[in-house]
Amino acid sequence: MFSGAALGAGALIVAVLFAVALFLIVQALPTFSAPAADITGGKGFFSYIFPIVIGTLIAATIALLIATPIGVAVALFISHYAPRKLARGLGYVVDLLAAIPSVIYGAWGASFLASELKVPYQWLADNLGWIPIFAGPASSTGKTILTAGIVLAVMVLPIIASLTREIFLQAPMLHQEAALALGATRWEMIRMAVLPFARGGIISAVMLGLGRALGETMAVALVLSSGPLIASLIRSGNQTIAAEIALDFPEAFGLRMHELIAAGLVLFLITLGVNMVARWIINRHKEFSGAN
Amino acid sequence: MKALHIGRVAAVLTVGALALTACGTDNVVSPGNGGTSAATTGPTVTGTLTGTGASSISAAMDAWKAGFESANTGAKIQYSPEGSGAGRKALIAGAVQFAGSDAYLSDDELTAAKAKCGPDGAINVPWYISPIAVAFNVPGVKDLKLDADTIAKIFRGDIKNWNDAAIKASNPSVTLPDLAITPVHRSDNSGTTQNFTDYLGAAAKTVWSDKASGDWPAALAGENAKGTSGVVKTVTETAGAVTYADDSAVTDALGKAELKVGDSYVKVTAEAAAKAVDASKVVEGRNPNDLSLKLDRTTTVAGAYPAVLVSYGVFCAHYPDTATTDLVKSFGTFVLSTEGQKQAAAAAKSAPLSAALAAKAKAAIDSISVAK
Repeated sequence: MFSGAALGAGALIVAVLFAVALFLIVQALPTFSAPAADITGGKGFFSYIFPIVIGTLIAATIALLIATPIGVAVALFISHYAPRKLARGLGYVVDLLAAIPSVIYGAWGASFLASELKVPYQWLADNLGWIPIFAGPASSTGKTILTAGIVLAVMVLPIIASLTREIFLQAPMLHQEAALALGATRWEMIRMAVLPFARGGIISAVMLGLGRALGETMAVALVLSSGPLIASLIRSGNQTIAAEIALDFPEAFGLRMHELIAAGLVLFLITLGVNMVARWIINRHKEFSGAN
Repeated sequence: MKALHIGRVAAVLTVGALALTACGTDNVVSPGNGGTSAATTGPTVTGTLTGTGASSISAAMDAWKAGFESANTGAKIQYSPEGSGAGRKALIAGAVQFAGSDAYLSDDELTAAKAKCGPDGAINVPWYISPIAVAFNVPGVKDLKLDADTIAKIFRGDIKNWNDAAIKASNPSVTLPDLAITPVHRSDNSGTTQNFTDYLGAAAKTVWSDKASGDWPAALAGENAKGTSGVVKTVTETAGAVTYADDSAVTDALGKAELKVGDSYVKVTAEAAAKAVDASKVVEGRNPNDLSLKLDRTTTVAGAYPAVLVSYGVFCAHYPDTATTDLVKSFGTFVLSTEGQKQAAAAAKSAPLSAALAAKAKAAIDSISVAK
């Protein structure tokens, strides 16, 4: 009875995933057979999709670069440093962050964060402008891919923090006590007994966060002043797949609609690929985790 | 043999049923029995009317829907804002009874519409006008006179500073600051962009080479934001920024440009927009009741403001049954009435149709009849 229900649930997931993939493929097909000149941009599907794939990856990378260290640090603080009372309160707050709808983050990013970042961006352009990613002239609205990445980082942070916190709490107490008994400081103990155990879990948490960053739609659509692909992170430009779909789908019809669905298919494949790589990394690290 | 015979009869019946429901009545939930009275004289109508199309009119449509449904308790309007193109396509395919569209049906689409709407095809009736303001955030400056060429150059990034000679020339009395111009455009596909680029293409031919499109030309640099409220907000927060937006959404914090029309400059107002629409010619060679307007962006009529968005209701010239016909006419009459236009102006801050145009549009709605 129970195994039947479990099997049913498992099969349902696979069936839904398969149905989504099938829908995307069928609806995207007209794009691939359409003449290159008819595709947005007039140079075929590849040159249409390439800039927004890169834009998606840039935004997600920024988000993870910021959110991963902070998220892990927050989790460590909650699990190993904070007094118990404070830890519990902090845990709730972090979980609460995850429950805020993305449109709120988007509105916050567009109307508050972007204008606050105008001055720092100007400084970056003036002083570090020789680095291509900080090349000026800085955006006068602050609505750049870096701002979008920072907003995404805030959104991804609670996912990474609460998942890694759970992993850290599960680190074997005996190992930790043994390390302390051998004269390790608390930080040495964490490095020897907690982090190796949690490595697989941290990677899973980061990958879940990456999934959200890649697929985030509304926040990016509101924050980013989109444009063609450029290297500079502090100028307006770049676009992500999810935001492109959200912005153009309401008025899209005919080939344009199929194009956007094809873009969705590409995003689906990227997410699938990322998850498979993550699985592979986790499996490779399992044997060194220290748990066994 | 007998089974085959029954099958044949069934096939004939099915085809017959399909033909009867031709002009998009497939979505009608039982038209009820109150639909026989003449809608135009006021008695209530019942049934469900399904439409789809432009998202630009969704705020107005919500108001119309509420107003119409409260006046006709048995009636229901379903409108899904899926985009102008999708709306026209759905009407041609007979999936809906009316479409909302920021552009009138092309000749090809009119021909295609004959398949479901009958030999007289479909008619386009203007029902929503929205003036597009050129709004800017220049500290200390609330009023600027600009010609189309200058505006086009500003949005192309050819004029980069507010103290540029071209802007100074038409505003000798204004002290213009040394401030970089940041053009802001819509990031989403929109009828406002479509109409604004159409205006620039027609009025500033030599400068604006891009085709009119709902998507801003990708090659042009500049900032963008989502939706009318998004661009207005971005411009409000950025000194030196300029955008185009539905006039109604532009706050007092921003300045608005006066457009050069003929030899004088015209402020953006609902009346000026309605005047520009009145000055436009009806596209010829169509159904005599069709009110497709060839918007004259280069009009020289005094006091007309040519940067304007006109949205159409697209209807079949004939509907297969009385109930649907009455419902369509009743709804169309309501939308074009002073009351309907006032509700749209309150909800979406559109410009009400001028009395003359509303009368013409009303006549077009009145011409809709049951297919013979």
